Amino acid sequence: MQLNREALTRAYRQMKLIREFEERLHEEIQTGEIAGFTHLYCGQEAVAVGVCEHLTERDKIVSTHRGHGHCLAKGCDVDGMMKEIWGSQDGLCNGKGGSMHIADIDKGMLGANGIVGAGAPIAVGAALSNKIDGPDENGKLAIALAFSGDGACNQGTTFEAMNLAVVTKAPCIFVFENNHYSEHTGVDYAVGTVQDIASRAEAFGMKVWRADGTDFFAVYDTFREVLEYVRTPGNGPAAVEFDTERFFGHFEGDPQRYRGEGELDRLRAERDCLKIFRASVTGAALLDAADLDKIDADALQAIEDAVTAARAGARPQPENVLDNVYISY
Amino acid sequence: MAKLTYRDAIRNTMFQEMQRDERVVVLGEDVVGGMGTAGGPEAIGGIWSTTTGFYDAFGPNRVIDTPISESAIMGAAGGLALAGKRPIAEIMFADFIGVSMDQLWNQIAKFRYMFGGKSVCPAVIRMPCGAGYNAAAQHSQMISQFVTGMPGIKVVMPTTPEDACGLMRQAIRDDDPVVFLEHKFLYGLTGEVNEDPDFCIPFGHARLARAGKDVTIVASGMMVRYAETAADDLAQDGIGCDVIDIRTTSPLDEEAILDSVEVTGRAVIVDEAPPRCSLATDLSSLIAQKAFASLKAPIEMVTPPHTPVPFARELESAYLPSPAKIAAAVRKTLDYR
Ligand SMILES: Cc1ncc(C[n+]2csc(CCOP(=O)(O)OP(=O)(O)O)c2C)c(N)n1
Ligand SMILES: [Mg+2]
Repeated sequence: MQLNREALTRAYRQMKLIREFEERLHEEIQTGEIAGFTHLYCGQEAVAVGVCEHLTERDKIVSTHRGHGHCLAKGCDVDGMMKEIWGSQDGLCNGKGGSMHIADIDKGMLGANGIVGAGAPIAVGAALSNKIDGPDENGKLAIALAFSGDGACNQGTTFEAMNLAVVTKAPCIFVFENNHYSEHTGVDYAVGTVQDIASRAEAFGMKVWRADGTDFFAVYDTFREVLEYVRTPGNGPAAVEFDTERFFGHFEGDPQRYRGEGELDRLRAERDCLKIFRASVTGAALLDAADLDKIDADALQAIEDAVTAARAGARPQPENVLDNVYISY
Repeated sequence: MAKLTYRDAIRNTMFQEMQRDERVVVLGEDVVGGMGTAGGPEAIGGIWSTTTGFYDAFGPNRVIDTPISESAIMGAAGGLALAGKRPIAEIMFADFIGVSMDQLWNQIAKFRYMFGGKSVCPAVIRMPCGAGYNAAAQHSQMISQFVTGMPGIKVVMPTTPEDACGLMRQAIRDDDPVVFLEHKFLYGLTGEVNEDPDFCIPFGHARLARAGKDVTIVASGMMVRYAETAADDLAQDGIGCDVIDIRTTSPLDEEAILDSVEVTGRAVIVDEAPPRCSLATDLSSLIAQKAFASLKAPIEMVTPPHTPVPFARELESAYLPSPAKIAAAVRKTLDYR
């Protein structure tokens, strides 16, 4: 733990913002106001934040269908995201994409993705671009990374991307978030290397790390090592697997009959990255409860404001359907 | 006759065919649902509830829950079929055809031709498709134009529960590979279904969903429902429409379309796919080539614009064909000169 007060505060604020964003969406979706499919990131916050807190705007990330946490952690605007999910013309993607396709290229956020396994090859391409651009004045490369789930690690695209990254020495990081489920299927059934994804990456010839994804500090410290390695020219890609938990259904509306008796209560009690963070920083007297409570209140307010803004956001007009298919045509 | 939903018509027919023929097997993502979890197999029973109860009835050899690997699902369906089984593979959303395209287009579709007629590949590929749920650009598409353009593949697009039943049974018993396009919006539709255990609807036979002498509307899948609504509205104003549900896009019942246009002289084609190189352009060219002399007005196409499927509610409704847009197109053909 080498984070100063400011960095700790920032990390907690980011995680809390994601948590409140998702908890609020969970409520709003019940009312029917939000259209489409929404996959909530609640429970996995420490991964997105523990990873993205190390990145600069030159580093690129590629996300998944469960992308809100990655977007917020990479600096996407909260109001712009909320408006997008509400389908507003003022949303980050003009209401064209919605929850599953939020992107902010200027922030290095190359898109959430509706196609499972589509992200890894895109990240390799972005990493190769960074390799072509070469190291900065400190001799370090900008990187690109793909977040992938335990389900996505079964796609051929993910395998091909890993091999391509290895043979081209692309500064690419494959971040596997193992939340033990792909939709309604358990990782024990779907992943042949029993509960272990990192060993697959290792078999492709890259260095791998593993850490507990519910412990922000484990994620943060592990990822610093991963990043240091991949930023060094000549090393090529690496992979890291985080063991994490999803607190809601696969999508909003999922009856979750595949869960065990009391499973969700147990996860919320024992595997909540925010609770674990709070206990750890207050225990070590790094931040006090009042500081954290203040951040909690601020996050709640930020989300309240975002929802108000989203409700009032301009609606798209029918003719907007034709916008942005091409740049020129 | 039994009253069934479109969903249950599909489910029950597959179930009955699995009982009847041991070679029939099902594979796809979450077709069992709950594998490797505390809830156990069948905790979910398929995300579209089209395979609920299959695993318990037929076991893991014949009901194969797969990891997220569309390319392998499609290819395995091809391999199962070449080796003598009759697989029914589910691609959870038709959009994911992109991941599996080679195995369908270069493999399954072409085996028989490339092998000089020596192979049989009786695979059924089910693909829930279509827009209307604000599921945006990668979970809403109509992909009929891609598969209809593949020589070697038969393409089915049922609209009613009865057709879903008869066409599914035909698809399973057919010796050629069949892509079965189920419209997500139709799953809840109920209707009378023929209970004869051998009830099949042969491919290449259109259904006349509405009869009228003024304008021919040709549609498929969900678009047939919109066309029926439009035709019923127009009937109030004394305008009669033939609504032709083509049921299978390949093979195509050309005769049903041409016969109708010869009477009406006016044609409106409704298609859920974007307008370039699509079913709409294909049917328009058919009519222009073979019923030119009968035409009293230019052929109208009601399709989405040449764009991906947008997310926001307002945008998706602007994108999709609707009964109002179809009725306007019908009136346009009548107002011509
Ligand atoms: C190519 C493709 N196949 C299937 C799906 C349907 N689908 C969406 S998310 C998902 C499960 C993904 O599991 P995982 O990668 O573990 O991510 P998680 O949902 O756990 O975040 C599936 C099967 C899809 N969107 N794209
Ligand atoms: Mg998962």
